[in-house]
Amino acid sequence: MRRLALIAAGWLAACSAAADGPVFHAETNPPSLSDWNVLSIKKGHLVPAGKSLVYEVNAPLFTDYAHKMRTVYTPQAASVRGDGSLDYPVGSILSKTFYYPDGESGVLRTTDAGGDAIDLSNHRLVETRLLVRREAGWEPVSYVWNDDETEAVLKRTGAVVPLTLEGEEFAYVVPNENQCAGCHVSDMTTRKFHPLGATAPQFKDRSAMVVAGIMRPDTFTAQIDYTDASYSLNDRARSYLAANCAHCHNPVGPADTSGLDLSLNADDLRAVGRCKPPIAAGSGTGGRIFSIQPGDPEGSIMPYRMASTKPGAMMPELGRTLAHEEGVELIRSWIAEMDGDCGA
Amino acid sequence: MMRYLIMGTALMLAACSQGSSEPDVQTDTAYQDQLQLALLDAQPGDVITIPAGVHSLDRGLSLTADGVTIRGSGMDQSILSFKGQIAGAEGLLITGDNVVLENFAVEDAKGDAIKISDTDGVTIRGVRVEWTGEPTTENGAYGLYPVQTTNVLIEDVVAIGASDAGIYVGQSKGVIVRNSRAERNVAGIEIENTQDADVYGNVATDNTGGILVFNMPGLTQPGARVRVFDNDVYENDRGNFGHPGTPVASIPAGSGVVVTSHDDIEIFENRIRDNRTANIIISSVYSSNFADTSWSDTFDPYPDRIHVHSNILSGGGNRPDGMELKAAKLVKFGPTGRFPHVLWDGFQRDGVDPQICIEQPDAEVFNADLPGESKNMRVETEPHRCTLPRLPEVSLTTL
Repeated sequence: MRRLALIAAGWLAACSAAADGPVFHAETNPPSLSDWNVLSIKKGHLVPAGKSLVYEVNAPLFTDYAHKMRTVYTPQAASVRGDGSLDYPVGSILSKTFYYPDGESGVLRTTDAGGDAIDLSNHRLVETRLLVRREAGWEPVSYVWNDDETEAVLKRTGAVVPLTLEGEEFAYVVPNENQCAGCHVSDMTTRKFHPLGATAPQFKDRSAMVVAGIMRPDTFTAQIDYTDASYSLNDRARSYLAANCAHCHNPVGPADTSGLDLSLNADDLRAVGRCKPPIAAGSGTGGRIFSIQPGDPEGSIMPYRMASTKPGAMMPELGRTLAHEEGVELIRSWIAEMDGDCGA
Repeated sequence: MMRYLIMGTALMLAACSQGSSEPDVQTDTAYQDQLQLALLDAQPGDVITIPAGVHSLDRGLSLTADGVTIRGSGMDQSILSFKGQIAGAEGLLITGDNVVLENFAVEDAKGDAIKISDTDGVTIRGVRVEWTGEPTTENGAYGLYPVQTTNVLIEDVVAIGASDAGIYVGQSKGVIVRNSRAERNVAGIEIENTQDADVYGNVATDNTGGILVFNMPGLTQPGARVRVFDNDVYENDRGNFGHPGTPVASIPAGSGVVVTSHDDIEIFENRIRDNRTANIIISSVYSSNFADTSWSDTFDPYPDRIHVHSNILSGGGNRPDGMELKAAKLVKFGPTGRFPHVLWDGFQRDGVDPQICIEQPDAEVFNADLPGESKNMRVETEPHRCTLPRLPEVSLTTL
């Protein structure tokens, strides 16, 4: 109890020190999340602190059915580059908190409805990741929440958090600092970190971002919401693959070794996987010979690897322990409606 | 303080064994955190040592810093065991330049054992990568796996039990693989889409295929200029346990040195014997599993300028793998006969000499005539009695 009170005091101290905005640590990563003042706990809710603003994305990355609350803070409005990314100034801080609704035994699998507060009385906080724009570029920092949900502490080497989701036990894996690069470095030539969600095409409510002074106005084409059935199956599937795979599977990414390009720009269907043989898939082939066998989701490598939970076969390689059933189903349906064959 | 630490460790261990797929493996969480932290903090010039002992880890390790050495006290002393691995597509992932890995072992990784991706300058020396126990399809794919790397030196390593290739160098430039041992893998040593590689002084035995030089479609670069010399390649007769669908799954058991769709290769002064399908196989991707709609228009599917000379060849070819090859051997050479030392699938560009030069009198060539559906299978050595210029020695620039 005394420890709880102390920690609560710690939060308050941080808040009062910089009540009007996040604390930018230009050189080193402080031991506690509260030291940044990007989030705070108020009346039993985790909420953005100071000038941080909650945003949502059109096409989220799947992470073991975790809900995500994302915040963005920038000292002045960022301009939009030709590729839709934002030119965030030094001092910008992005946060993403991974959490689950609590159930009677373990946590629940429900739709992430968004919102700008997490009710701690019925949610389980797991981790909060920050991307910090320093002089040298973006740098990642991860904090893991304590059981009392009073503080999150720096965890550079990652962690395994045992969870039970709808009765199924699984090991939620917090990535280590190097593994952050596995997704956030998508150009192996420059090896620069960059945000994946806080971009013009991904912001769900771009006008709110403009009004709040996060970004300058712009008309970059929005990435579509892959859960929205009013779009074509092809558009939904490509948006899903872009959001969940293209940070590695792009022409300059870490997975260009495979020859598979799942970015939205890819227009060669062979590069997207149609009738494409595996290169170094190992057990990831599941005995199948093409990434996409048109009309035959069961005979295609891509949905097999998405549905796998074995470390040597699963895709993505990092960031999930469970399979995303809805995502697998979307890709299966997309492949099922494809015409033609591979002539094998 | 001490008591608190011990309690913490006990809790972590409990947590990890719960999530582990093999509950009998106790993860050494404290050491795992310590080693991964050292990898995170590493600066150029640092040496990270792995103490003697078996260290059980449950998540993949990664190094992004340049100029770091990871050193154990011997491939049989300092062992990183991934038997209880629950996350990570490899045991150890290296993405920093000029890294040296030496004198330790990685065992039983769930995916690849050691992957080096997109770097310039890597030395792997005295390292063992192994899947323990009887080799099975469930083993990880690659033992040592440098891909899109330049200036690669692999020496004195041991690779055992990979369900794809024990030592696999892909899409790289400037490579030396020497004085190493590959056994009980599907492919012992595989060089794929790689330019300027020297493979020498190695032993490849008891694999499905001993040494493979492959060119695959749709990748960042085609392979070119590979020398395979002074190797011992024998009794690579192990049944293929590769994952169906992978390129190596089509390798017949009993393959010594295999060239597929690759240009400019010199195979010389090796001792190649007793590989039951054939001591040397030269083929196109046309005779692999993959259909011709699967590669891009710029891909060259034919092996050109293959120079075989000065090898010591004996035995082999007497018990080929697969129905077609068995039947071909029986029809053409009888129950006690054997294939000649060189087996060629017969695919070539119309009217263009592929310059597959077998410049040694004791090696005949069996043309399996796959383009003609094997209607005209024949021993046809004369067109292959030619020579080619010697390929240059590989020199690495940063080592």
